[in-house]
Amino acid sequence: MSTEADLLDFARGPALEAALVILVFGMFWRLVAVLALRRSRDLSEPRVRHAWLWGVRTIFTRMWPRREFRPRILHWEAVSYLFHFALAVVIVGLVPHILLIRDITGLSWPGLPTGVITFAAGVALISLLALLAHRATHPVLRRISNFDDYFSWLLVFAPLLTGLMAYYHLGGPYEDLLAVHMLSAELLLAWLPFSKLAHTVLFLFSRGVTGTIYSRRGAQT
Amino acid sequence: MTGTDTQFPLELNQPRLSIQKPEPRYDKQGEMADTERLDRAMRGFIKDFGATAALYMESCVHCGQCAEVCQYYVQTGDPRYTPIWKLEPFKQAYKREMGPFAPFFRLFHLKRRVTVQELEDWQDLIYDSCTQCGRCTMVCPMGIDIASLVGLARHGMAAAGLVPHELWATVERAKREGSPLGATPAVLKDRIAWLEDEHGVEIPLDRSQADVLMTISSIEVMKYPRSIVALARIMKRMGASWTFRSDGYEATNFSMFAGDQQGQREASLKLIEAAIAVGAKTLILPECGHAYQALRWQGANLYGKPLPFRVLQIAEYLAEGIRQGKLQLQPVQKSATFHDPCQIVRRGGATEAPREVLRALGVDLREMDAQGAYNWCCGGGGGVVTIHRADPLRYKTYQIKMQQVEDTGAEMLVSTCSNCRQTFDDGQAHFHWDKTAQSLLELVADHLVTEQE
Repeated sequence: MSTEADLLDFARGPALEAALVILVFGMFWRLVAVLALRRSRDLSEPRVRHAWLWGVRTIFTRMWPRREFRPRILHWEAVSYLFHFALAVVIVGLVPHILLIRDITGLSWPGLPTGVITFAAGVALISLLALLAHRATHPVLRRISNFDDYFSWLLVFAPLLTGLMAYYHLGGPYEDLLAVHMLSAELLLAWLPFSKLAHTVLFLFSRGVTGTIYSRRGAQT
Repeated sequence: MTGTDTQFPLELNQPRLSIQKPEPRYDKQGEMADTERLDRAMRGFIKDFGATAALYMESCVHCGQCAEVCQYYVQTGDPRYTPIWKLEPFKQAYKREMGPFAPFFRLFHLKRRVTVQELEDWQDLIYDSCTQCGRCTMVCPMGIDIASLVGLARHGMAAAGLVPHELWATVERAKREGSPLGATPAVLKDRIAWLEDEHGVEIPLDRSQADVLMTISSIEVMKYPRSIVALARIMKRMGASWTFRSDGYEATNFSMFAGDQQGQREASLKLIEAAIAVGAKTLILPECGHAYQALRWQGANLYGKPLPFRVLQIAEYLAEGIRQGKLQLQPVQKSATFHDPCQIVRRGGATEAPREVLRALGVDLREMDAQGAYNWCCGGGGGVVTIHRADPLRYKTYQIKMQQVEDTGAEMLVSTCSNCRQTFDDGQAHFHWDKTAQSLLELVADHLVTEQE
């Protein structure tokens, strides 16, 4: 067996398993460590009952900025949406991804044509580059950014790039490129729970909690 | 009339009520070693740190949107004023000391230990340039309530003796003489006797039983005494059984601004105990934003059980009176715009009540471009209006508000918070503006339908 095949086997086997285990346990630990902290009951008389229902609503309403805020933030919000949407198309639309997900979870759905996937991957890469340039030049973002922001960016960028390279056989033997692609994606999965990328899960909780607190007061969320 | 406190004399003849400009300033209180100060800061910070605050600390994605809606960043372009950056030392301490991965951060020295110098450097961000208005909370795509985190940071700063001079001094005054700004029980009694004489109204004080316990802001006692007369007229018209109590009248809570939790609790307990003592069914909070935050939403939690009476802001009480037909008003033949006090509306949820009252007054209400939960702060909340060194920055932020009001083309500006009101008075004097905020309460009192008897 060649070393390329060894590397690919490693990426498909133990590396994938390790990444998934780290992802699940890391995320579990992060959530438990936070949610298990003291939650004192709010004894004030609520203006609105069953406020948690409105908290759930906030998870959705906070997806798009309010009219009052749009002039200053909408352009970059749109780029960010473009990136998220394109990434989602690539992740859940590519047939090999669906096959992998089916192997792990048993769930499956029809894939999208590869032309669409390639286009989406291109959009995701370009929007990521734009967002990086924005982060590196805007005074506020420069001030508040740290290692996590740039490293997480890199780990999202890498699988997109290596995926395209593997698909179009650019820069090396297919098996090598595929192995590198898989390993980079696995690194991303393993990094996710420890980084800002955990917002993929945390947004449900933080939006929901604030939505509940404010709704209980009869305030807008 | 002056306060009895000579150590921190009040500035009584100015548009805003604060202590006189301190020379020298003492922005660092108490003598202690740096290690102890730091320890106190962190213990103060985490004392009330629960799942919600931790969740917020974990959730920031560094998108920077909070800066784009914050009056301090918008007006200066200085990234220091990014709301979440104001929490940076405490965020760092959280990640290092108590987050889910704290041991890793410590083991690999990924987060440095915060220093006292850093906390001192952050004082102007946590106090001078944050009114806790909560506008950033409304934009955050992760829903982080940054204003509440600033509140927790202030707990830490207060425990460590790192409070701006004026806020520290007002809390000292409150502890020494029962009122942060000179409205001691004796001063209140004097004022009430004088107002009764001058205006021919009855202002009940220290009745043993009443359905309604009325509270007051020391800003009103010292600067806007006509508000007390307005209250008396309205309460008489509504036929209410009510009283002030000299053992529980002060609705302001400067300890909450400063972050002194013990003081905040004591101030709230006075009101709660007075209300229970008179058997009140309702406690009315005056035109004061943070009083609403302190008692309506935090009062029961500091008391440790649900309050055995209702807590209403005066505009809510007026709206109720109008709904029940107890208040008939003459129309105000003018256009008006309403300034939403952040703690009553955005963070308090009483958005409709003041508008109901304005509608009953028949004003032509012209809302600002951003209003209700999305309003711009007057720039004086969170104790900021009392801090002298924050004045230049405050005037910058005030310009947003002035522009907003001008854009409506309304003849009158009405609000229902005396802290906003004094911020408007001060801004009016500074900019020689032709407008300032009027009190909704006084407007109602001035337009009661004359009695037919």
